[in-house]
Amino acid sequence: MTAARADSPLLQIDGLSVSMGTVQIIKNLSLDVGAGEILGLVGASGSGKSMTALAIMRLLPAHATLTGAVRLRGEALTDRSETELQGIRGRDIGMVFQEPMAALNPLMRIGDQVAETVRLHRSVSIADARRAARETLDLVGLRGEQGALDRLPYELSGGQRQRVAIAMAAVLGPPLLIADEPTTALDVGAQAQVLRLLQELARTRNMGLILVTHDLAVVAQLTDRIALMHRGEIVEQGATQQLLHHLQHPYGRALLAAAKLRPRRAAPQPPAAEQILQVRDIVHEYPRRRRSLWRTAAPFRAVDGVSLSIHSGETVGLVGESGSGKSSLLRVILALERPQAGEVRMLGDVFSTAKGAALRRLRRGIQAVFQDPYGSFDPQWPVERLIAEPFYLLDSPPAVAERRRKVATVLEQVGLSASDALRYPHEFSGGQRQRIAIARALITEPSVIAFDEAVSALDVLVRAQILELLAELAARLRLAYLFVSHDLNVVRSIADRIYVMRQGRIVEHGPTETVFTSPRHAYTEALIAATPKLR
Amino acid sequence: MSVLETRNGSGSRRIGLIVGAAITGIFGVIAVIAAFWTPYDPAALSIVDKLQAPNLHHWFGTDQLGRDVLSMIMAGAKNSVGVALLSVIIGVFIGVPLGLLAAARRGAIDELIMRGNDLVFAFPSLLLAILITAVFGPGAINAIIAIGIFNIPVFARVARGGALQLWTRDYTLAARVAGKGYARISGEHVLPNLLGLLAVQGTIQFSLGVIAEAGLSYVGLGAQPPTPSWGRMLNEAQTLTVLAPTLALFPGAAVLLFVLGLNLLGDGLRRRWEPEK
Repeated sequence: MTAARADSPLLQIDGLSVSMGTVQIIKNLSLDVGAGEILGLVGASGSGKSMTALAIMRLLPAHATLTGAVRLRGEALTDRSETELQGIRGRDIGMVFQEPMAALNPLMRIGDQVAETVRLHRSVSIADARRAARETLDLVGLRGEQGALDRLPYELSGGQRQRVAIAMAAVLGPPLLIADEPTTALDVGAQAQVLRLLQELARTRNMGLILVTHDLAVVAQLTDRIALMHRGEIVEQGATQQLLHHLQHPYGRALLAAAKLRPRRAAPQPPAAEQILQVRDIVHEYPRRRRSLWRTAAPFRAVDGVSLSIHSGETVGLVGESGSGKSSLLRVILALERPQAGEVRMLGDVFSTAKGAALRRLRRGIQAVFQDPYGSFDPQWPVERLIAEPFYLLDSPPAVAERRRKVATVLEQVGLSASDALRYPHEFSGGQRQRIAIARALITEPSVIAFDEAVSALDVLVRAQILELLAELAARLRLAYLFVSHDLNVVRSIADRIYVMRQGRIVEHGPTETVFTSPRHAYTEALIAATPKLR
Repeated sequence: MSVLETRNGSGSRRIGLIVGAAITGIFGVIAVIAAFWTPYDPAALSIVDKLQAPNLHHWFGTDQLGRDVLSMIMAGAKNSVGVALLSVIIGVFIGVPLGLLAAARRGAIDELIMRGNDLVFAFPSLLLAILITAVFGPGAINAIIAIGIFNIPVFARVARGGALQLWTRDYTLAARVAGKGYARISGEHVLPNLLGLLAVQGTIQFSLGVIAEAGLSYVGLGAQPPTPSWGRMLNEAQTLTVLAPTLALFPGAAVLLFVLGLNLLGDGLRRRWEPEK
């Protein structure tokens, strides 16, 4: 994996600093990238890694000031005019962003979008531009059938869209490609394919590649060199394998330890424990939009005969890619939607079709934490009122003093302080908000908490802390968890048993380690193989 | 990336908001004062004093029947604000619940409400207002109802659009896990987060209401004499433009200034609430 580094590096960053107002965002950063070399620029959100990528392209916000030098093949980019830079962007430096849908024009056919990039920089005929577009789309794996170029972005999957974005960035054969979290919005399978594609491009076209990411596992697999950023500075850099084994900086070590996701639970719970939640033969369908006036469309079967069970005190993982039906299943389990067939039982009572007082009583037993730490709270409510919201489920909600005391208790249980009750959600960081969400789930003293991608939006270090908190709470309060996620590494670290879901069905289930070490279903095997690993 | 997102409103925006609020405020104060006091009785005729140019006794002059124009403008402001405000209230109190209901329940109810909206939207509004007042008789009350009906679908749409977005937030999901029903969530979580949006739309509809009221009374279908109204003042002044040009100037300027102020206010509020799109 060691690429030959050219004598003079392709990209040379020397003493780069960026500030906005009085805040210095990048401090005296120096970095080289050689031709054909893959550099991983790693850091938590807010570390300045994306800003570095934008600074190379000189795409900074208008009020940012930049000092230092950025040289591409020895030529300084930092003193070019905006017009000159427009010529350089796209032709000499390609860029791929996190959200492919936002980078594509939704109303333009993908072939035309790639061809447009060509015609912006080269005076060639439309036919030639389209030929170049076709070749590049072939190269990124969108080849083949007639009409592939005529598709619109919405007709493609997330992975395919990201391939189009890569084709747009690579069509002119730029010597340098910058990819900013290119796989963060993608499923494991698509992620593996996009990463392989980027690696191939760098190798076959001798392209320099800067991969900006928070994910150490991705970097470990793909890159030649790593630069680790923390608070606007590069705290450590070196060849990937060496660096990962000999990290010096405490921040780097903490990050690596957090990324490794060591199992947080001591031992699997004994299976003799009482069954809390029983899910039996759930079928859940959504009506599809009718295409003909005369015929109703066949409904879309999101969940197709799923059964699972959760015992007291155990953590059950539910993994699957987006569209596998796991979110629909979760909504049925939480009795937010009614299944067409099958039933959910809470401690023996039917939950899925319960109504009125019975439904409210059963709801106390299962609470939920959702993915988005920013969207999970009404911005106008103070924390105390937010956490106390599930008290609505009680027949006689506690009076003010009692409520305040209970809110203070759960706040302390999740590692916040009682005085946080009077603050508003926007005053907290993402990790703290997820703690508030957990506090809200704890307040009715449920026996099960469902987590819907609850740590997916968090930084590695924060994610490790939250997982630790969850393990500790489970042990202390004898809580059972249903942990729904697409991230196999996370689920492996916390779950006692896992269910693997695909196209509405459970394809495999069993004790976590058994499933991971000897998967029986081909799909599970493929999922595990596609997941980036840190050894 | 929080640094990127904080952006202070630029000076010109804030000036628009302040000027708009000031103009609107002044007209509001005038309307309230006019309810209790005007320099002269706006309906008192005095043929001897007819068609005076602006002077120390009659700041805005007098009309062809000798009525004090300043008093009529003030009383007209009261009428204008009253009609526009009440028609906005009709729109808000019927339209917003319909929009919230449509967003919360979706499906057939949503279709029904929104297609009903489309039906109302399909009519040319001022024309139908004329029809309503022509059928039920001219007058301020009927003008309020006619304008109010057209505010209903506007507020229903704005409320539904905003609510649909809020229903995708996880906090509405969390509220459902806490056992709350659609109505309660709409009241506790959705409506409070829509107030900014509704205030902006309310200001815009208010200014449209002022124009509509002036239009209706211009054609004689608004408030009936002796209640003064800006539209009718304009109508009466137009035959006398050569003889007394200031007669048309004051009511025209009042409509123009008030609507300008409301639009500046609405625009300023909109930018404040949604600084970046």
